[in-house]
Amino acid sequence: MAEELLTIEHLTKQYGENVILDDVSLTVHKGEVIVVVGSSGCGKSTLLRCINALESIQGGEICLRGEKIEQEGKNITVLRQKIGMVFQCYELFPHLTVLNNILLAPVKVQKRREEEVKAEAFELLKRVGLEDKANSYPRQLSGGQKQRIAIVRALCMHPEILLFDEVTAALDPEMVREVLDVILELAEQGRTMIIVTHEMQFAKAVADRIIFIDDGKIIENSKPEQFFSHPETERAKQFLNMFEYKRK
Amino acid sequence: MPLYQKAAILTIRLGILGIVFSILIGLICSFALYYQIPIVKRIVAIYIEISRNTPLLVQLFFIYYGLPKIGIPTNAEICGIAGLSFLGGSYMSEAFRSGLEAVDKVQLESAQSLGMNRFQTMRYVILPQAVSISIPAFMANVIFLLKETSVFSAVSLMDLMFTTKDLIGLYYKTTESLFLLVVFYLIILLPISIFGSLLERRVRYAGFGD
Repeated sequence: MAEELLTIEHLTKQYGENVILDDVSLTVHKGEVIVVVGSSGCGKSTLLRCINALESIQGGEICLRGEKIEQEGKNITVLRQKIGMVFQCYELFPHLTVLNNILLAPVKVQKRREEEVKAEAFELLKRVGLEDKANSYPRQLSGGQKQRIAIVRALCMHPEILLFDEVTAALDPEMVREVLDVILELAEQGRTMIIVTHEMQFAKAVADRIIFIDDGKIIENSKPEQFFSHPETERAKQFLNMFEYKRK
Repeated sequence: MPLYQKAAILTIRLGILGIVFSILIGLICSFALYYQIPIVKRIVAIYIEISRNTPLLVQLFFIYYGLPKIGIPTNAEICGIAGLSFLGGSYMSEAFRSGLEAVDKVQLESAQSLGMNRFQTMRYVILPQAVSISIPAFMANVIFLLKETSVFSAVSLMDLMFTTKDLIGLYYKTTESLFLLVVFYLIILLPISIFGSLLERRVRYAGFGD
């Protein structure tokens, strides 16, 4: 087995009395693609947000290569550079062009040379088919294009792990495809990723492992073939049935 | 006429100084509110309520007659600037704060997720967007504060208003004097107003790229 990249141990997240994540443990190995599924409000997005320390946690710990991820930790900004995240809503900076959106963090945060990052940015833009949009503003792009740019922006930081938080949930059906294709290509390159999605076909195609969360707990953690054909729990069966449209 | 010119220059000078200090106070206060700094944010909130809910004339009298009583010597000009800054600070603070708060939370989070620290997030992501949102309110405040300088005549500053009243008293040419007063205020404020709307349009384009 490849080395352990991210370990989550007994993670608990609460808003007041309301328990969102309850004793969640998960180990992610280098090169693994994990897809997290579950009904809305089960805590899957919160899990990703905790990994990037966008939420405070009330118990347990999350470590990236043994380094603890804490919201108030001294090296949190360094750790976050190693964790790329793409959100559901378009989070490109509206006042900057596409190129400057991509360059901002590598140049200002990582202090890399602008020419070098620029070359890499164009290389990546070409791969997602958007090199002609480098000087456009986010507002001039479609939702699918924005999401592909957001992925490029995350990649330019050279993250060790990528988090995708329902990145196609706000897109028109035709645009979903172009974004998923990019993510699938990343998976084939051997990137480590945690993907939260409602696209079950895609989950089946891309995942090395499926995590099913219900009510803040991981209740299934299995290979996609097994999860989709023989789910172990009643709850998972119910959940999967929701995606089938059959006349009663 | 020369008297009006002199008065106009005084009005502009005090106005600009007052506005500059207003901006400084406004920035500090809006940051305190935005970052929810304990205690400081309470003090700022109290300051804003006092400053916005009392007339400038009253604030000016308070500073002009009050400060010497407790042993702080002042002169009329400093009083005028202080009064204007005291009033303007709260208006500017509210303009900046609304700009800061109008920036979507996901912007803050995506900046953080790229590893930016607080300063970088503010400098490169939040502030540029907040400024372009605040510009209309900001320009309205600038014009409002320049107009408020007319109250300075009450503490015997030789501003436009005071000069006019003086001239009316001397020559009884009420209509002419008042007419000139209006003209001079327009000469000062119209260019600012026009510049303001140009700026608004420019920033909007630069901000979102149409």
